[in-house]
Amino acid sequence: MGFKTPLFDTHVAAGARMVDFGGWDMPVNYGSQIEEHHAVRRDAGMFDVSHMLIVDLTGARVRDYLRHLLANDVAKLKESGKALYSCMLNEQGGVIDDLIVYYIDESWFRVIVNAGTRDKDLAWMKRFCDQFGVEIKPRTDLAMIAVQGPNARAKAATLIGKHADAALQLKAFVGRELGQYFIARTGYTGEDGWEIMLPVAEAPKFWSDLKAAGVAQCGLGARDTLRLEAGMNLYGNDMDENQSPLESGLAWTIAFDPPERDFVGRAALEAQRAAGVKRKLVGLILDDRGVLRGHQRVVTSAGDGELTSGTFSPTLEKSIGLARVPAATGDRVEVDIRGKLLPARVVKYPFVRNGKPLVS
Amino acid sequence: MANIPADLKYLDSHEWARVETDGTVTIGISDHAQGALGDLVFVEVPEVGKSLSKGGAAAVVESVKAASDVYSPLSGEVVAANDALSGSPELVNSDPYGAGWLFKIKPSNDSELQQLLDAKAYEKVVADAAH
Repeated sequence: MGFKTPLFDTHVAAGARMVDFGGWDMPVNYGSQIEEHHAVRRDAGMFDVSHMLIVDLTGARVRDYLRHLLANDVAKLKESGKALYSCMLNEQGGVIDDLIVYYIDESWFRVIVNAGTRDKDLAWMKRFCDQFGVEIKPRTDLAMIAVQGPNARAKAATLIGKHADAALQLKAFVGRELGQYFIARTGYTGEDGWEIMLPVAEAPKFWSDLKAAGVAQCGLGARDTLRLEAGMNLYGNDMDENQSPLESGLAWTIAFDPPERDFVGRAALEAQRAAGVKRKLVGLILDDRGVLRGHQRVVTSAGDGELTSGTFSPTLEKSIGLARVPAATGDRVEVDIRGKLLPARVVKYPFVRNGKPLVS
Repeated sequence: MANIPADLKYLDSHEWARVETDGTVTIGISDHAQGALGDLVFVEVPEVGKSLSKGGAAAVVESVKAASDVYSPLSGEVVAANDALSGSPELVNSDPYGAGWLFKIKPSNDSELQQLLDAKAYEKVVADAAH
């Protein structure tokens, strides 16, 4: 048996199909995964993301610490509550994890890291905390529920009483502590919504109240099809410690400026950039019947590549994927699907945002 | 708990077979199998006239999660295929023993029927898979 979130019993009672995910027993779906997916694109859905780890970082020099630890630059965070997506790299420029960091005040930042990497992330963060006098506090006392979809905020706002107005005023990618909640206008679906952190003991009631307010319960299956349509990388699939962000479609998250900022992995990334990045992450669409899946071989005129993620897109009603291919790859490739080479188109991603297809 | 009708025969790879009054055999995948696969998005059924051998790959069911071969429980010739599934693969999820049937064969060796699992034996396969 794996780790259980505070909502484990709730999921089992709701008839969820439970699977192992990074050592955690998590709901993959409660019925139809495709209906859960559409609920988020068209109305409102919720996900138990309590398996992810919330870590509070405190100390007078916490900003300097994070400017060294992360490949993106927290100097960009000037407004309290503002969030930033970043990779945390090793010295070789490989991705230890990707995370969201919130700036709360000059001595308090909060980061959210992936479930499957929490131990190694904490160990890595601890390596640098003494030299900056930073204290690391995992917030296992908090659960986290993501409510996502065009109507998600309005529905969830009915449950938070006097905090509703302040929460509804949050701008995109901003979070704020409101009473017992920390509410952030962030997510992993390509839709508007909130990620709500709250005390573990409150989580089951909050979940059932959301359900009563018309928010559909959604499992990790829909979370994966939604994030892939939204063109968001999944750690462990689309990048890991052996890949640099430059080969993973994440160059936009690397802050090379200012040049004097010394972040872990910088030298390796600069060397890679100077030598020429050999591979790139691209979006693929399959027009034939069939489904792209991770690890399928991609055949290009510039050499072979590999699918890193693939699925059936319920919004586009065809298969989409992300693939790591030679940098010189053009706009047509073939994918080896169960022994047959099927043509696929290379497209810009995201594939879907705010309920609308961006590609056809 | 998955529905396992008592009047059908099964393979431990989760196919079911039903002997019809005309001697043909209808084949599909079990309720347990459709639940484990999740929402089906593509179904590839064999062509009518194709000759199948017992245990050979006969059809493919592909869900949001995974692609899976469907094996023929019996040897014989395909006499019908469920063409409705190309437009509505979700029928396999909603009605695996009815509208979600995959294909029918005319068995060439009746003794193979005796080798299939009955509902009770298949129930045990499903229960064991859960542990």
